[in-house]
Amino acid sequence: MTLRDDQIERYSRQIMLPHVGGKGQAKLLDGKVLIIGAGGLGSPISLYLAAAGVGKIGIVDSDKVELNNLQRQIVHSTANVGKAKVESAKERLTGLNTDIEVVSYNTRVSSGNILDIIKEYDIVVDGSDNFPTRYLMNDACVLSKKPLSHGGIFRFDGQAMTILPGESACYRCLFPEPPPPGLVPSCQEGGILGAVAGVIGVIQANEVLKYILGIGDLLAGRLLVFNALESSFRTVKVRKNPKCPVCGENPTVTKLIDYQEFCSLRKKKG
Amino acid sequence: MAIKVRIPAPLQKLTQEKAEVEVRGKSVKELIEDLEKNFPGIKDRICDDTGKIRKFINIYVNEEDIRFLQQEATALKDGDEVSIIPAIAGGVK
Repeated sequence: MTLRDDQIERYSRQIMLPHVGGKGQAKLLDGKVLIIGAGGLGSPISLYLAAAGVGKIGIVDSDKVELNNLQRQIVHSTANVGKAKVESAKERLTGLNTDIEVVSYNTRVSSGNILDIIKEYDIVVDGSDNFPTRYLMNDACVLSKKPLSHGGIFRFDGQAMTILPGESACYRCLFPEPPPPGLVPSCQEGGILGAVAGVIGVIQANEVLKYILGIGDLLAGRLLVFNALESSFRTVKVRKNPKCPVCGENPTVTKLIDYQEFCSLRKKKG
Repeated sequence: MAIKVRIPAPLQKLTQEKAEVEVRGKSVKELIEDLEKNFPGIKDRICDDTGKIRKFINIYVNEEDIRFLQQEATALKDGDEVSIIPAIAGGVK
């Protein structure tokens, strides 16, 4: 792929990095990334990937933009309140970079559609806000051997890990089963500073860029834990679990499961 | 023997909002008992009815997951840092 003059100009500050160069930029322009969730994590993830020139970005979300989203979901704007999040994100991302293709999926992922959606992408990014989607995504990526960048936030805590199916631990190696209803704090107890979602989302975007470029060390086999109040990061080792229900020696999860949503607030809102 | 324990956000209500506490114990099992003594109710959040650590919570001694050490019997020594890390999912809707 030969870069056009405007591409050389647009991406000059990363092309000049010895780790990137023209070859790396061509890889990014060839890259296909699917982001599940256009919210607090999906916003910074999608903005940085679009700005870097990742050629095809898919975004999945079934929600509409609400005023209370804008405090952290920086890909959306006040004018787009009420609009489908994926359309709002597409508008902003293609405005930021005319060089890329943004594909919107105005739907919620389920066991019925996820394999079909992730199939044409190189890597999947978890920008979801609930356990059913997170486990579904993990299992779908493991079963179809698709790399997955995981990120999660709760109040001032954040977590990130990169999953290379077959090579490194998956989310179920880390946490074999989702928590049963009632044992995790309810949504009302949540709350988040937008910047905390930003930190984790940007780490995920960085992981995706490194994966496409084939540089550095990914958070594969390592869970990054961020504490925003202390501004501290630590990592713990995450080994592949031989007893993992989906990627272990005798898997019990061999097809996708739709776990029930257990946050009562979400349920009521449908 | 004082051990530093990192408390995750969902459990900080039980530790007066503290993200790090100091407890005593020669093993992870003893550490959980001492946590419970100091912060009643916390054991129930970490362990199930049979006393086993819940499947969506991991305990790390320094960087290692105790599931790959000696589980609850994993020995602790002065200066060890223990992290309790649960699955988190956002919850900001």
